[in-house]
Amino acid sequence: MSRERDPGMSLIVKTITRLTVGLILLFGIYLLLHGHLTPGGGFAGGVIIALSLVHVMLAFGKDKAFEVLSVSGAKALEGIGALLFLAVALLGLAWGAFFLNFVPKGEVFELFSAGTIPVSNIAIACKVGAGLFSIFVALVIMKHEPTEKE
Amino acid sequence: MIHNDLIPLMVGVPLAGAFLNALLGRKLKGVPDLLGILCTMGTLFLGFVMLRLVNAHHVLLFEVGNWPPPIGIAMVVDGLTVFMLLTVNLIAFLVVLYSTNYMSRYTQKWQFYSLFMLMLAGMNGVIVTGDIFNLFVYLEIAAVASYALVAFGTERQELEAAFKYAVMGSLGSMFVLLGVVWMYAHTSTLNMADMAMVLRDGGSGEIVLLASVLFLVGFGLKAALVPFHAWLPDAHPSAPAPISAMLSGVLIKALGVYAICRLFYSVFGITWELSTILLTLGTVSMCVGVLLALKQWDMKRLLAYSSISQVGYIMIGIGIGTPLGILAALFHLFNHSVFKSLLFLGSGAVEYATGTRDLRKMGGLARRMPLTAGTSMAGSMSLAGIPPFAGFWSKLLIVVAAVQAGLYGYAIIAIVASILTLAYVMKMMRYGFLGNLPERLKGIKDVPAMMKLSMSLLALICIAGGLLLLPQVRELFLTDASKTFKAGTELAFRIMSEVR
Repeated sequence: MSRERDPGMSLIVKTITRLTVGLILLFGIYLLLHGHLTPGGGFAGGVIIALSLVHVMLAFGKDKAFEVLSVSGAKALEGIGALLFLAVALLGLAWGAFFLNFVPKGEVFELFSAGTIPVSNIAIACKVGAGLFSIFVALVIMKHEPTEKE
Repeated sequence: MIHNDLIPLMVGVPLAGAFLNALLGRKLKGVPDLLGILCTMGTLFLGFVMLRLVNAHHVLLFEVGNWPPPIGIAMVVDGLTVFMLLTVNLIAFLVVLYSTNYMSRYTQKWQFYSLFMLMLAGMNGVIVTGDIFNLFVYLEIAAVASYALVAFGTERQELEAAFKYAVMGSLGSMFVLLGVVWMYAHTSTLNMADMAMVLRDGGSGEIVLLASVLFLVGFGLKAALVPFHAWLPDAHPSAPAPISAMLSGVLIKALGVYAICRLFYSVFGITWELSTILLTLGTVSMCVGVLLALKQWDMKRLLAYSSISQVGYIMIGIGIGTPLGILAALFHLFNHSVFKSLLFLGSGAVEYATGTRDLRKMGGLARRMPLTAGTSMAGSMSLAGIPPFAGFWSKLLIVVAAVQAGLYGYAIIAIVASILTLAYVMKMMRYGFLGNLPERLKGIKDVPAMMKLSMSLLALICIAGGLLLLPQVRELFLTDASKTFKAGTELAFRIMSEVR
């Protein structure tokens, strides 16, 4: 009945989502930033960040999710993530070796340590998160795709 | 042996091209073409630089992230590697030149170039890597990109072919992964040179035999050797013409033939049983491919079956295992890359002009498309082994090598298959380019300039390719590559002693 006016799921789901989605996003970011210290890392963090967006899309409908991250935004982010990762690897080449960790490593178990590893993690998270979100969008709303493409 | 910093760029440049394309190519019109040409030109140039270095120093080594092997990933460039790199990147460059015109018919050109560059990065990676798991990863990059490229037209038939290809290809990859797992469990190392050392110091056993079979099936699937060939006649014709040229010209060789050579010669060490298996698979592929090609009416499908048959020739040369046999196989590999790409590009040009691939609906195209007809004729003559085209010399060498090794039966089969090859090539030329021009095709025009340029260059290589056998040129290009086979697992010893 209320479907036409109000996209998404019921009020209960929406309320729960509103409460949890921030926590999910935060957990994803935590896993991402602590990738070099604790289990997790760019891939796992990226997946969880993407899942928080998927969560929003399921509960509130696609328009709300596209306000946060549009399809073209996701595509751009994916490309940037891959290029950033490659740039870190190639910058290492300038210091002597492909994928060389050329930044000072810092104190072990500190948040700001391990040189280029956190940067690579962030790049992977961009790539994986945006990629997973795009795949989800492509699978769920195929009809939407042709209008998104030129 | 020296260390060299250029090796990772072989993978890095096409990867950067792929993602820059994805980022910029959608908005800016000229960018995809420009990036495609620049990247492939760059990797081709790097290939030539490495050829110079390999001629001087024989083996180039690079340690990723300065981690010494066997802990870190090593990239190794030797004669065989640089030979494959030059073949792959030369064809890639010429195919990109062709695509600048041809792909204008499709929308989403940037997607095509992104996937193309990813495939190229994967192939270059498979060729340069010295780590067996790394090889699997690059294999998957190239293979997954090629699945998407086969489906690029998104017509029903193309999607079906791509699905079939994806299922078979993934199956092949799983065999390879399983082989890697067994080898890792057995030798506790993933570095190929280190693995060869462990096996040489008495580490071989039944598990190695099992892994050999798994690798043979996995890479055999990628190389489309006969019991594993079912996907190729669907996948190669369905792709856009430049991709057919890449798949048949270089992908089956980089992922299949090269990987088989690298593993069985440099890591496991070739044995009599393995050579016999390679010889048998090669002979069966050669015969089945040529017989099936004879009855095809779809121009690209005919060429696809011909690829199966020609890979059989290469495997026979490698199976013979004498220096001459190896040299002949490598030379035929190079020649096949050139003439098969040329023929696929030619068939693409015909399709571009007439809109059909069915030989029965063509005829007399030589009058309307003289350049396409001429270049396709050069490619066909090379494929059929007519002197003085390059294909003649490599087939001759394979037959001579078989006779020298006392394998008369194989030599006779190779000659008979070559005659049948001439038959289907004649069929293609007769129905396609000669004969009467149908009323429907009176108004067609020859193809745009860049397509012509690319086909002409390939035809030129077909005609002049025999010159690669001249002693001075052979020393630079082919002999260094065949030395890798002769060195066998000795190469691993040299690499590991350098590292330690």
